[in-house]
Amino acid sequence: MKTHRFQIGPAVFEIRSSVRGLVAKTAQLYRDYPQDFSGKVIDFAVSAEPPSLLRRVYKPNLIYGGDFTLEDIVPVERRLGVLGFEMAINLQMALGYLRHIVIHAASAAKNGDAVLITGESGAGKSTLSALLSYSADWRHMGDELALVTLEDDPMLVPYPRPIGLKNESVAEMQARAPEDRFGPLLTGSVKGDVRHLLPPRPAIDAMLEPARPRLILSPRFRVGAQPEYREMTQSEAYVRLSGASTNQLRLGETGFRALVGLVKGAKAYDITYGSSEQALALVDELWAQA
Amino acid sequence: MTKPPADLLYRCLRRPNYAERVRPEDWNWLIRVARHERLLGTLALRVAHVNMPAMARDLLEEARLDAERGQDRIRFEIHRMAEALADQDFPVVLLKGGAYLMADLPALPGREIGDLDILVPEGRIDDAEAALKEAGWKSVKARGDYDDHYYREWMHELPPLAHKTRGNVIDLHHNILPRTARLKPDIDGMIARAVPITADLHILAPADMIIHAAIHCAYDGDFHGGARNLWDIDRLVRHFAAEHTAFWAQLETQARAQGIMQPVRRALTLTNHFYETPIVGAFRKIKGLVDSAAIRKLTAHGPYGEPKGGLRSFFLYLRGHWLRMPPLMLAKHLFTKWRARRAEARLEADRKKAPVQPPPSR
Repeated sequence: MKTHRFQIGPAVFEIRSSVRGLVAKTAQLYRDYPQDFSGKVIDFAVSAEPPSLLRRVYKPNLIYGGDFTLEDIVPVERRLGVLGFEMAINLQMALGYLRHIVIHAASAAKNGDAVLITGESGAGKSTLSALLSYSADWRHMGDELALVTLEDDPMLVPYPRPIGLKNESVAEMQARAPEDRFGPLLTGSVKGDVRHLLPPRPAIDAMLEPARPRLILSPRFRVGAQPEYREMTQSEAYVRLSGASTNQLRLGETGFRALVGLVKGAKAYDITYGSSEQALALVDELWAQA
Repeated sequence: MTKPPADLLYRCLRRPNYAERVRPEDWNWLIRVARHERLLGTLALRVAHVNMPAMARDLLEEARLDAERGQDRIRFEIHRMAEALADQDFPVVLLKGGAYLMADLPALPGREIGDLDILVPEGRIDDAEAALKEAGWKSVKARGDYDDHYYREWMHELPPLAHKTRGNVIDLHHNILPRTARLKPDIDGMIARAVPITADLHILAPADMIIHAAIHCAYDGDFHGGARNLWDIDRLVRHFAAEHTAFWAQLETQARAQGIMQPVRRALTLTNHFYETPIVGAFRKIKGLVDSAAIRKLTAHGPYGEPKGGLRSFFLYLRGHWLRMPPLMLAKHLFTKWRARRAEARLEADRKKAPVQPPPSR
């Protein structure tokens, strides 16, 4: 049985598995994160174990357990074990973390101010946030979950886990980021090919520094599209962010007030683009107006 | 990691000062177990005055706030439900968490309340269902007609009703045990004895409330969630015994009259075992096979606080079903469930074999 503890943003995790090499392989992705937590109280624990003796050897797969789990959980093929840990860790934040509003969104900061990038899975959040941190001078704050403080005039708190690049964006970022920042290429997952990209080291070192949200973007990448943007009303932005949050309703009045404060303090846009360069130029343009 | 005694959670609940001596690594274990047993919010309030690592305090505070916000949500839903049923001329009895909430009973502080359980007279359950559907609740038929049939023919409640926009779930009961169960509590008497707490809402009388909690924990089911069910009983019994001198006598009279002395005795003996609840002699029993299996189940947790399965659990699962249904019916039920599960597995396999859409490109 191997265990390993590390901190991502404000939360400390323990991963645990009896499968040889799996914890070490996963820990490799977190090598730059704080990890000395023996004798400390942790937020969440996650385990990966074969569902039966048979599945240790024949068509090996793993079931992920943890402080918070869903019913009818589906086993993950053992060769995708690192990805399974990523998913199980995200699940803890989505279901169990209540000290901030958790929003399914990417985020990045510049000079203490931040952009929040929301949108459904596949809309291009991870790619855009990877571009901002490796091809423009943004501080990466997260590619999957954004954390909003429970204040009337809220801040964004970083949650800079390794960026989950999928399919075409893997090659796109391999051309832009150093090879030693990448994890193994995992082919044939439910989301297609996945390769993790570690955020730049300074972004991880600054993971306890919040930033003030000034711009909210909902990106859409479409091959051949011309760059376009459309401003959202505050109520539209509120409804989108509330719908993209895993816990905002559960946080009651405090969650309501914080999200209202967020949309009041930031401009929000739908953006469409057809290439990485267009995306970066659009963000620059809207950032200048924010 | 040091291996803490398996009953750390029970110990800290009954003697909060003990938490002062819990080491940081053991806090990790305690928090995991309390999360799995849905008692972290309760624990937070019990040990609020005790010195502990700052991070443990943050996690307890998080759970306490969440439980309290959840209680606010349920209170709102209870008012909406009461409005929907206000024109009906039958009593509406809140059960379990909803009752503790609206009557502010000592089982409430820090308690998570999931679904809203209510009890109405059997002859009027169709009226209650119709009125709730009129007000926006919809029947949830998770797995098709067999489940619906199972609920309506044999169970003591209808299939769950979920509100169409808010999602809140009401479990509408006409009894506290399935129609098929061996024991037959005096449900008409329970409804007649129910205590009004507002113009529209009732809760069970003290003895009946304990009988319900005891049956729920020690008779119907497999002791899943037992740590919390027994905690509820502990808090309620201490409270009722202090409030009414006649409580123990009433409980014994009711339990004997309804022929359910055995599960009440078992639940109280277990409550006493885990939480040192003061109980009178009539309810003390010598621990048997089922009691020790339950005690083992409720103290055997994995390294992450997760309940451990195994043979003991399976024995309690079989026992729960055995008491719920006559044997032939049980065999039929398990066979139908097994076939349904196989059909689901086949569907799943077919779905996997079917050509998959290429993942969205970006």
